[in-house]
Amino acid sequence: MSAEISLAAAAGDTLLAEAADAYEGVHDTATTTALGFWIYLMSDCVLFAALFAGFAVLREQTAGGPDARELFRLPYVLVETSCLLVSSFTCGMAMIAAERSRRAEVLGWLGVTLLLGLGFLSLEAHEFAGLIREGAGPDRSGFLTGFFTLVGTHGLHVLSGMVWMLVLIAHVLRRGLTTANRTRLMCLSLFWHFLDIVWIGVFTVVYLIGVA
Amino acid sequence: MEGPGAFVPHAGAHHGDGTPHASVRTYVTGFVLSVLLTAVPFGLVMSGALPSAAAVALAIGLGVAQIIVHLIYFLHMNGEASRSWTMAALVFTVIVVAILVVGSLWIMAHLDANMMPGVMPPE
Repeated sequence: MSAEISLAAAAGDTLLAEAADAYEGVHDTATTTALGFWIYLMSDCVLFAALFAGFAVLREQTAGGPDARELFRLPYVLVETSCLLVSSFTCGMAMIAAERSRRAEVLGWLGVTLLLGLGFLSLEAHEFAGLIREGAGPDRSGFLTGFFTLVGTHGLHVLSGMVWMLVLIAHVLRRGLTTANRTRLMCLSLFWHFLDIVWIGVFTVVYLIGVA
Repeated sequence: MEGPGAFVPHAGAHHGDGTPHASVRTYVTGFVLSVLLTAVPFGLVMSGALPSAAAVALAIGLGVAQIIVHLIYFLHMNGEASRSWTMAALVFTVIVVAILVVGSLWIMAHLDANMMPGVMPPE
């Protein structure tokens, strides 16, 4: 009797194990994609590290031009930072909505994230335009070359993230929350959070240390 | 009695190891911590309450803390064994970044010092 039960249970066990394997097969693609994308992000990290190092080396080389203290207004940077930080949060909310398979919520949160990203980028473009108008463009000094390269590269990343977000919104509108779209959303949210982390470095190293 | 059921592999609790476990609570916690870690250094530097060197040290410390908060609460780097490759890639990158940044600053500071007029021994 007890032997029969354990035999049946063992058979059930095998079935379960098989089901688990099949389940993992489906999931494996997402796992592999996530790891591959993560490795891309890490290589991007190295790119930013090089730009940070370049900026840090050139920080004092103002060539008689304006320095960080004269150029940067921290309240302005604080607004930019808030835009990006809140957008990181709303992007996370989009992820959670996707896990709960709520399509309308995903689209809503992505829309909010997109608007905040746009806000951040407009503020940055406005800051750049102002600096160039004042004659503090990237050609003024080593310090400003480093500044425009570092902050501009981050801005370009944010811009590409926003284009990606628009495309993903179109995908979700057309096909809904398919497995492929969920994987794309996961990668996008990794990318977006990563950009926010880079921005922590930017506001600390460039703005706060520059003005302190 | 130890039934075979005890060995059922991956039943139930096995939930997408590649995709992070997210919850609203995690994100809210991370967000609140992040707001604090942003507001404090901005407030300190804007008010000028501290001498420059102390403000710089504090800003760097809080910046690093905020990056760790983001990694844990937004990117879900919680040291789960199933994500060990992700963690390995991250640790490797941190090492490369440290060498790159510290090394550049170190070398360039030396070059700067040697280029100072009067420091070079006359030929």
